[in-house]
This record gives sequence, C-alpha cells and structure tokens, in this order.
Amino acid sequence: MAFSHKHLIDITEYSADDLMLILETAKRFKEVNERRIKKVPTLKGFTIVNMFNEPSTRTRSSFEIAEKRLSADSLNFGGSSTSTVKGESLVDTVMTLCSYKIDLIVVRDKHAGVPRKIADVSGVSVIDAGDGKHQHPTQALLDLYAIWEKKGGFDNLHVGVVGDIGHSRVCGSLVPALKTMGCEVTLIAPPTLLPARPDVLGADHVSCHIDEVLPELDVVYMLRIQRERLEGAPYPSLREYNRLYGLTREREHLMKPDACICHPGPINRGVELDSYMADHPERSIILDQVYAGVLVRMAALYLLLGGSNDGLDA
Amino acid sequence: MALMLKGARLVDPQVGLDEVADLLIDEGKIARVGNGLDAEGAEVRDMAGKIIVPGLVDMHVHLREPGYEEKEDIASGTRAAAHGGFTAVCSMPNTDPVTDDAEVVGYILKRAKEVGKCKVWPSGACTKDLAGDTLSEMGHMYALGVRAFTDDGHGIQDSGMMRRVMDYAAQFDCVVVAHCQDNGLVGEGQVNEGVVSTRLGMLGWPAEGEELEIARDIALSRLTGTPLHIQHISTARGLDLVRAAKAEGLKVTCEVTPHHMFLTEDAIGDDYPTALKVNPPLRTAEDAAALIAGVADGTIDAIVTDHAPHTAWEKDREFELAPFGMTGLETSLGLVLTNLVGKGVIDMNRLVELMAVNPRAILRQEPVRLEEGSAADLTVIDPSAAWTVEADGFCSKAANSGFIGWELTGRASDVYVDGVATLEAGNVVE
Repeated sequence: MAFSHKHLIDITEYSADDLMLILETAKRFKEVNERRIKKVPTLKGFTIVNMFNEPSTRTRSSFEIAEKRLSADSLNFGGSSTSTVKGESLVDTVMTLCSYKIDLIVVRDKHAGVPRKIADVSGVSVIDAGDGKHQHPTQALLDLYAIWEKKGGFDNLHVGVVGDIGHSRVCGSLVPALKTMGCEVTLIAPPTLLPARPDVLGADHVSCHIDEVLPELDVVYMLRIQRERLEGAPYPSLREYNRLYGLTREREHLMKPDACICHPGPINRGVELDSYMADHPERSIILDQVYAGVLVRMAALYLLLGGSNDGLDA
Repeated sequence: MALMLKGARLVDPQVGLDEVADLLIDEGKIARVGNGLDAEGAEVRDMAGKIIVPGLVDMHVHLREPGYEEKEDIASGTRAAAHGGFTAVCSMPNTDPVTDDAEVVGYILKRAKEVGKCKVWPSGACTKDLAGDTLSEMGHMYALGVRAFTDDGHGIQDSGMMRRVMDYAAQFDCVVVAHCQDNGLVGEGQVNEGVVSTRLGMLGWPAEGEELEIARDIALSRLTGTPLHIQHISTARGLDLVRAAKAEGLKVTCEVTPHHMFLTEDAIGDDYPTALKVNPPLRTAEDAAALIAGVADGTIDAIVTDHAPHTAWEKDREFELAPFGMTGLETSLGLVLTNLVGKGVIDMNRLVELMAVNPRAILRQEPVRLEEGSAADLTVIDPSAAWTVEADGFCSKAANSGFIGWELTGRASDVYVDGVATLEAGNVVE
C-alpha cells in the first residue's frame, strides 16, 4: 500500500487506508518491542529534532523511545532552553535547526498551527505532537491502536468522548479519526466545555447527560480536565464535575458488559475518573494506550521517513 | 497654470452630475465644469475613457506615526493613499504616544504638511492613552480641527465611561467613532467563533461580542444625543441594529471594510494565514452578503479600509501571536469597482457617496463637489484597467494584504489634492 504523506499534522488528511497502514505497521513494531533487544536499524542516519515548546511528559518520552528503538539520532530541544525565550522568532529558530541538516521535526507548541508553519518554512517532515487546542494526531493514532486491539476492529463501535472537548487538541484529532474509521461518536460535556460547532469535528451526537448515553457506548473515552487551559471557570467545582460527568464506580452498572475505558493521561483521579474505573482490570485500556504510543510513533516515523522494509524485518 | 481635464465622465450625485464633460482647475479650485470649455492658457490633459469623482476619503487608516514607523509612516501611508486614489484619510489615534492631546495632533498635522501626499485628518482618542478611564483633552484637539474621537483598537469597555465620553463630546461639533468589542465575550478570540474557531482549534471572537456593544452605543447615542459612527461593522445582526437606529432617526452611521465584504472565515485555511487575522474577524458568508446588501440599500454609509500595516516579521509567526489587521489603501477602490460596481450591486454615484461624500460629512469636513468654487480634490478612475494585486506593488511599507493575487478591474490613475497632482498615470508624483 502506498503511503504518500510527508507530514503528520492534520489527521483529516489521512484516509482510512492511511490510518490502517499506520496501525498495521505499529503492530509489526510491537513484535520488535517484545524482543529482548528492542532496537532496529531502520532509521539509522536520520536526524530528528524533538521540539517541545511546552511541557510534556508522556508524549515526549514516548517519541524519544520510538526514535531510539528505530536507531535515529535525536536532539531534544525546547523548554526553558529555547532561544524563543531569548526573543528569537519561531521561524528563525526553525531555520537555525534546519541548518543542521535534519530530517524531521516533532513539535509540541501551545499555539495552534505551529506544526504547519514549521512545515512551510523548513521543508522537512513534521509531526504534530500537540498544537494548542487544535490537534494531537499521534494521540489519536495510539487511541485507535488500543481500541483496535481491544475490540478487533472499528465496525459498529460507538465511542463516547467525555469532558473538556472545547479545549482539547486530543479531540481535535480523535473525533475526525474515529469518524474516518467508521465509528459513531457522541460528545458528552457541560455546555461550557463544548466547542462552538461540535459538528465541525464530525461528532454524530452531543449530550450533557452521561447516564443517558453510557448504556450505548462500546468505548468510553474520558478526557482530562485541563485545569491549566481553562480560561475562567467553566464548572463550579471539581466535585460537581465528578458528580455530573465523572466515570465513577456507581455508574458501572450503566455500561455495556464489554465497554472499555480510555484516557489520554495524566488522570485526575477522583475528578473525571475514579480509581476503581481507572484501574479496572477488564475495562481500562489506559496503559495499553501508553504502550501503543511507542508503537504508533515508531510506525509514523518509519512511514514518514520512507524507512525500508529491510530495516523493519531486521 | 490652470489645468483642463478634458473629456472624462464626471460623476457627482451631490450636484446630479453624471455626464462626459470638461473640468477646469485653477488656483487649487474647480474653476468651471462644462462641455467645450475654452482651454486657452491651460494645460490640457485628455481624460477620455476616465471617470472623475470628488476626491475619495478613507476615514479609517492607521498611519502608525508617531511610534511605529517600522510598519508605516505618514510619508509612506499617504503615498499608499494617493496610489489607491484617496485625497484624504482620517488617521487612528493608536500611535505611540497615543494621539490623545494637542501636541500629538499638531505633530501629525505638521508631518502631513511636510511629507504627506494627501490630506490627513487625525482622529483623537476619547480617553487618555486609550486606557478607557480618563477623558482626553477633546477640546484642545477640537481646536486643532479634530472632529472624530475614537478608542479604535479595543473600544471603551465601561458603559459609564462611554456615556461620559459621549456626554462630554456633545458640546463639540464632532462624532464619536466606536470600535465595538465586548472584551468579556471576546477575550483572546482569534477568529470568528463557530466553524473556523472549531476547525483550527483557536479561541472564538463571537459576533455577539460586537453586536452587544453596537446596541449599547446606539442606546448611549439616544441618551446623549451625540452622533455615533460604528466602525468596521462585520455582522448581519449588527447591521440590523444600525438599520433600526436610523429608522428611529438617531444620528448613527456606520462603515464597512472591503475585507469584511469580500472575504469570509472560509478563506482561513489550515495554513493559518496571518494576513487574514483582522479585528473584528472575518465572519460568515451570510454576514458578508448582508454587508453587501447594506452597502446597496444605504444602511452602510462609508467604505473604509482599516488600513493596518505590519512588518513582515510580525505577521510571519504563530497565528495567535501575530497582530490583527491588514492593509487596504491600495486595494480598496479596485475591489469596490470590481466586486460592487462591476457586478451591478451599486453604481458609480453610490460609490461616490460611500467613498467621498459620506466620509466628509461624517467627519464634519467641507464637502467637495464637481462644481465651480469647490476644492479641486479629485480622483480620476480608469474603470477598465485590469491589474493583479501583488505584494511588491504597494507604496505602503507593508504588504499584509489579504488580497494578494486577486485580479481586479479598475483603479485610480490620477489624483489631485487642491489642484496639485499627487498621482499621475498610476504613479505617485514626487
């Protein structure tokens, strides 16, 4: 199957075939990750810059692990060491990095549209590792992978996404990706946490009543309440949020017997998810999502840089 | 020496003129208008095929001087105005220092006289430092000729302060010019709230953030009796509020920009084009259609550009960090000719009202008429000139236009200010 993308910036540019190719590739990389020596020479000689202009723990570490296991050379750039702090513009910073003859930039930034801007000025491949409230495509890919593995496919799946939709870059990629794969998607949130036009994301339904929707759902995707990204206070208290929208043990009886629980992390235990549900041995696939993060990021790096099959099979 | 402009179509609804005739300029004034005028002793210019109208006025321009000369200055901004066909502009007070006292007004007037290529009528800030809490010295500025007061850029947030401004302004023959933006609703909004804010994951700037303040300021105009002019109206419902105020007989006028008529939020693609980041934001196609209808039916009084030059590096960055605003002086007339006159939405007479007659009236400036004795502030339009908007074709220091690449028909070929040519055959006269 042909993979023609240079960038992974906007998940809506990816067809169902593209997404399946990434998942299938990730599955092959899973085999690598199960070995004692978890490393292949696939991207040997490629230089990747991890440009994280705002804090990130799991996305950044999982990209680093993916790059190391593919034998790429990587440079971690950003945080308080960025030249942006000294007043350099984004464009100048990127041009400087490009002078090092790099092959790919992984970028996290608090401003929407930065990955596209970098792609336009740099000419190298770009992976969006989260831009403002816009998109986070590798998060969507790892979510798809974990759901695919748990459910065996996407046909007839009804996914409910609960929480801070309006401020969520995770949703910006996840909802369109789920729609591309043929899922039914319901957004569940207080009106103050919904985007202006949920339909633009592709959502089929919007609800403010989790108890009415839970019995329909095959996958319950709980979003983190992003306290750091909430202008003003869109709900009166965490305990009221937990009561109205939290996935609590008391709500389990409303769920389908085989419904699973996702969360992009980090979890606010006792707010959107209580510990019983977060750690539920049958339902929670939250740690599978984390593992899938390495697999899909290896797959994306491999496919975007046109890595050889030889490398993969080595 | 007298100057004879021969054989152009002369259009001026103020005197009911729309015919091919000659126009004689002498000593800065229109000496005669008529057919077969005696050209003896006058330099004759053949204007066959051209249209001559009372000099165009752009009543919403950021000249950036003093303070932001890297973006634009009075020399470059007034050249851009002449290049775009304008004989006068009203400059906005968000300079550094803010145009909030007689000293800064005096500086602008002096610079315009020294280096300008059109008349500059500075507007003054309503409040000191545009901070919204202390009245500016309107009386001092009025004495220097300022007739428009505005806190353009963000508007006056506190309703009590806006009332105080309008109450105080009532003693002068002036207009309070309002940038309508409720910061409680608008916050850090970047683009129109709705489809584009959702698609691009940025904070929305809702239509209601503009409409609430339009409603408020109309109410305050009713309360105080002070004339009110609404800047860069961008929404259909906002326009309905103005329509109702006019029907009620209130002294309310409004303006629209070409970008709010001819561009919509749909143009803001996934490449986050900062040239299209303007305040108020580009709205929906329905809003743009309503604005065009308002231009045609008379609800909208003036077409302005909100010419907002910025340096290339300021716009070449993260959308959310780039400043609001696009340039407009050099594209406005071509856009209006192509998209309104050329498509039959309005005729030349209406264009003259929107771009020359009404702006002067709103700004309390002497009317310019195509008749004997009037100041020879004239714009000569070549209605058939086909041209493409290009980034390197501007006299402005800035090129942050949202219309680069647009193919237009019609532009100014010559401009006269008090009988002196500032633009000849499309070139600014130095």
